[in-house]
Amino acid sequence: MTDMTVVTMSKGVTGRNSGEPIYLDYQATTPCDPRVVEKMLPWFTEKFGNPHSRNHRYGWEAEEAVEQAREQVAAIIGADSKEIIFTSGATESNNLALKGVAHFYKDKRNHIVTVVTEHKCVLDTCRHLEQEGFRVTYLPVKTDGLIDLAALEEVVDDKTVIVSVMGANNEIGVVQPLAEIGALCRRKGAFFHTDCAQAVGKIPLDVNAMNIDLMSISGHKIYGPKGVGALYVRRRPRVRLVPLINGGGQERGMRSGTLSTPLCVGIGEACAIAQAEMAAETERLGRLRDRLLAGIQARLPEVYLNGDLEHRIPGNLNLSFAFVEGEGLMMGVKDLAVSSGSACTSASLEPSYVLRALGLDAEMAHTSLRFGLGRFTTEAEIDYAIDHVVEAVNHLREMSPLWEMHMDGIDTKSIKWADH
Amino acid sequence: MAYSDKVIDHYEHPRNVGAFGKEEHNVGTGLVGAPACGDVMKLQIKVSPEGIIEDAKFKTFGCGSAIASSSLVTEWVKGKTLDEASKIKNTEIAHELALPPVKIHCSVLAEDAIKAAVADYRKKNATDEAAE
Repeated sequence: MTDMTVVTMSKGVTGRNSGEPIYLDYQATTPCDPRVVEKMLPWFTEKFGNPHSRNHRYGWEAEEAVEQAREQVAAIIGADSKEIIFTSGATESNNLALKGVAHFYKDKRNHIVTVVTEHKCVLDTCRHLEQEGFRVTYLPVKTDGLIDLAALEEVVDDKTVIVSVMGANNEIGVVQPLAEIGALCRRKGAFFHTDCAQAVGKIPLDVNAMNIDLMSISGHKIYGPKGVGALYVRRRPRVRLVPLINGGGQERGMRSGTLSTPLCVGIGEACAIAQAEMAAETERLGRLRDRLLAGIQARLPEVYLNGDLEHRIPGNLNLSFAFVEGEGLMMGVKDLAVSSGSACTSASLEPSYVLRALGLDAEMAHTSLRFGLGRFTTEAEIDYAIDHVVEAVNHLREMSPLWEMHMDGIDTKSIKWADH
Repeated sequence: MAYSDKVIDHYEHPRNVGAFGKEEHNVGTGLVGAPACGDVMKLQIKVSPEGIIEDAKFKTFGCGSAIASSSLVTEWVKGKTLDEASKIKNTEIAHELALPPVKIHCSVLAEDAIKAAVADYRKKNATDEAAE
């Protein structure tokens, strides 16, 4: 262990003491695990070779490192390393999967199925494909955030080329029934793509058992570096893609460009650590998450959980604090780094489309906070967060006219509000 | 979003949070905004027999800028006549709090809240006069 490692670790664990807010936004991004950084460092400096250079040792050792990383990524999802393509991140992976497949098979099939709660990079890619003339079905979700398999069955037809359903949702953490979706797609002859940026390392994944044909993976959501991701592309039965990036034909022609050895090594090591520690981490985070939920609900009335609790990654909690606006609340919990589904935190001024898709009215969507727990979250931090949230919510409810009405027995929905 | 020091000050130390009895003769209540839009302000003024606003209270559901805007106007309306209070412009509020463009609607809402409170007071008292 180097000195740097120790310093980084202590900051991660005791961020509170250094005067910085407690980081509870692990679905936004994660810190690089110091063990990952340590593995990456030599590949920036002394081992700087181009992994595609075939003529000398510099190239060979870089290639070997990249291929080892490819195996580490493949291992965590039960794939063969030949089926892993390195990309710049999950956004690129999602673009490549959807556009690549749609364009390759466009003469045979032109229909795409996805879900309204997908990440913006899937939805925006689908919108783009719609403009090109593809037909896209956006499947709704139930109030628990999960899709209805019977509804999926109905919309997938013999023109459906690809079905894209995320593994775990970035806002509410709910885990979709991937194996069932995979079986359905296989039966109907459609490819199954899943954006697993939030799921890899959090839940067991097996591309063969789940009949997954394409899977997007992100480095920085699993304690790896930003700027690197991967796309799993099934070889048997073979999935073919039109590449987004043309060039020297790297990554089996599907993604040209010189690979970054340190970034590949980083995501590989991140996968290896995640795979080794997933069982223990799931148990530990689940316990902390339950502690946070129970601690808040024991002391505050009118707190509602968004999304199913059982089918959920362990490190996510998304709560609506009725009668308290989310951005105002985030300002109140300034010792916590969290996210809100409130309109005011987004550029669009629209409340979270994911929460709206669960059937939450705009009012409740405005009152939500997302707590993301992760590898460096401690019990002491959770206990502090509970106290801090309870205090802030009580303070803001004292000055909330809606809370006052609620306490007076007035239903705020019975009032005719002037929209502005 | 980075807030100005004045917004943070009003958020952390809101002035005049609370409520007067809605039914009191000398109280005007303005309730503006909508929960679905993420902002609701309730502003109340207490008016002296001479027509001077002698006290004000607010409660706000909203972001930091909305809370600060309403807190600020409770300070500004005190000591003013109803006409003077009605002349407070959202631009003055936005300027005082250094609100960014995306938060201008908070100052607009605060201006609306003053006007609504004044209108409520006048309506109440006009009815009383008519009844006498």
